[in-house]
Amino acid sequence: MAVDRRRFLRNGLLAGSSLITSPWVFSTGARAAGEVKVGVLFSLTGGLSIIEKSLHDATMMAISEINDAGGVKGMKIAAIAEDGASDPKTYNEKASKLVIQDRVPTVFGSYTSASRKAVLPVFEKRNNLYFYPTYYEGFECSKNVVYTGAVPNQQLSNFIPWIIKTLGKKKFFIVGSNYIYPREMAKVSKILIEKNGGEWIADEYLELGHSEWGSMVNKIKGSGCDVVLSNVVGDSVVAFYREYKNQGLTHDKLPICATVTSEIEIAAMGAEYAVGSFTSFPYFQAIDTDRNKAFVDRYRAFVKDPKAVTHHALESSYFQVFLWKQAVEKAAEITPVAIREAVKGQEFDAPNGHVKIEPENLHTYLTPRIAQWLPDGQGKIIDAYKEPVIPLPYVAYGETPTNLFCTSKGLETAKLNKT
Amino acid sequence: MLEVLFIGLSLGSILLLVALGLAITYGAMGVINMAHGEMVMIGAYVTVLSGIWLGTNIFIAIPLAFIVTALLGLLIERVVVRRLYGRLLDTLLATWGIAILIQQAVRLEFGLSFFGIHIQGLGPGLQNVSVPEYLQGTFSIAGADINRYRTFIILVTAILALVTWFIIYRTSLGTQVRAIIRNPKMAAACGIDVTRINALTFAFGSGLAGVAGVMMSGFKTVFPDMGTPMVVDGFLVVVMGGVGSLLGSVLSAGILGEINGLVAAETNDILARAVVFGVVIAIIVLKPKGLFALKGR
Repeated sequence: MAVDRRRFLRNGLLAGSSLITSPWVFSTGARAAGEVKVGVLFSLTGGLSIIEKSLHDATMMAISEINDAGGVKGMKIAAIAEDGASDPKTYNEKASKLVIQDRVPTVFGSYTSASRKAVLPVFEKRNNLYFYPTYYEGFECSKNVVYTGAVPNQQLSNFIPWIIKTLGKKKFFIVGSNYIYPREMAKVSKILIEKNGGEWIADEYLELGHSEWGSMVNKIKGSGCDVVLSNVVGDSVVAFYREYKNQGLTHDKLPICATVTSEIEIAAMGAEYAVGSFTSFPYFQAIDTDRNKAFVDRYRAFVKDPKAVTHHALESSYFQVFLWKQAVEKAAEITPVAIREAVKGQEFDAPNGHVKIEPENLHTYLTPRIAQWLPDGQGKIIDAYKEPVIPLPYVAYGETPTNLFCTSKGLETAKLNKT
Repeated sequence: MLEVLFIGLSLGSILLLVALGLAITYGAMGVINMAHGEMVMIGAYVTVLSGIWLGTNIFIAIPLAFIVTALLGLLIERVVVRRLYGRLLDTLLATWGIAILIQQAVRLEFGLSFFGIHIQGLGPGLQNVSVPEYLQGTFSIAGADINRYRTFIILVTAILALVTWFIIYRTSLGTQVRAIIRNPKMAAACGIDVTRINALTFAFGSGLAGVAGVMMSGFKTVFPDMGTPMVVDGFLVVVMGGVGSLLGSVLSAGILGEINGLVAAETNDILARAVVFGVVIAIIVLKPKGLFALKGR
């Protein structure tokens, strides 16, 4: 209980001090002469640092590109980078520091849903603005977060029908790590599978970070399924794909179709284990446009690693800074609320193609793509939507483009309860 | 069914691989070596680094990892563990500290990352170990597809267990080790150089952990924290089998592996793990000295 009391005291002090300073009256304090401060909050240490460091780098690269091109409204962007240390509690503390002490008008950050949920109260209470670059499970409607990664309908709505119609696979084995993202993805998948005339014969989970896949893969083998839908996350992905091949399963007969396996995981497991399997993402390093190739080259030069890979969340980390810049230029003043209002409907030509912020739910229009992995560790894009798709964070609960649950007024809970 | 039993056997062999070294350091020397998991991790990194910098495959990595981790074990014994014999809880704390030091050293690339120097293959990232083509996939026995890499692990474990058995029970060195297990003071009185034998035993146990790391690297992810959960499993096996009994460790690893495999096949891995812990608790309660305790005279 002593800890609780201490935390209570600290929060009380913070709340007290904020009453005195009344943050946004002095919002010009966030700007020293000719610069605008922003927060950058990713894990630079701890278990998630491998992937989050790349998101941090992409954000920094976008900021330095904007500064080199003259900054925003003639001001340089000054990034205040903090380390979330792969720990939601640290995330919360650092977010408070950025919002209350540094008084930044916007923070770019987070990879996991856990860390986003941990900082959410800070941004909602202070009415500040958070840009979140990762694909996630949806089921969130915050006026203080701009979501630039994919939501389930942008990863699955094209993927499941494609698996059933193009691959001709009808019996799904759904497997995932045991936490909110894979479970929500499975929920959406089941709806889509049934709607498209397929069936799911199992829905199994292993704890996050589990690396002994012998029994699970054997179960997949004996289940009679003809396709595996994987929502496995993190280092488990490596052990899973390796065990899959080692038990004699091949992706040409029984393909793994994944929603998380990106260029980074492929590099870690060795490309030969994933050859022939599929992943659905709006962005792949292999997107064959001059804009994307130039982006990959610039990123490699920026991190001084000629073999660095780019991936979906990394690309979103990059382009969201440009969307923010456009919003700042449009906004009359540099405050979180003004930036949020200005970011609605902003469009940008990102490396993956044209992106746009949906004014109602602050999520992003993205183009769903499906790639098959090649022996060189790159995806071959074999299916893509012609145009960006509207983001529907509540698609599992019956949300449609004409009947949005999450609007600029907030979440309409009445619609949610009906399902 | 054969495939399920095989997976159980393979789970057991992985348990034994880690427990073998512990059975020696804990069983013979009474040192709770919390850094054992980090030796496994070092072994896995030796595989990664030798693959990148020497271009060698996983077979060459086995002796390399043994030598590297045995030397590291010797160093730890000389500097720390030697001063703590007979103080069980102190060895636990001290080796735990060593474990954290080793983990962070690898994560920070021995501090070089502060200077912006990057050693490929070290650091916090996921490392990739390539496995030769003929160890991937399956072969067929009696209609069942048998996993080649897991067969390889079982073979290596069996060989290591036999070598260990031979050293302990068929060489003069082993006789001295067994004498120390029974009664270190009396052994010293009989002219056995206890300090030297202890140092060698600790190095050998650490070397075995290094080999375990090589085997792990082929199918698990290699990263700085990988060894921590394994050391718990290792202690389960040693305690259940009976401290100081090699045969006990072999059998208890086999039993726990099969229980894990069978329960996981019927239900799921999470429940299987709970059942394994339940069995170990039951055995510790019913037979506090383990299945095969040494009989004192």
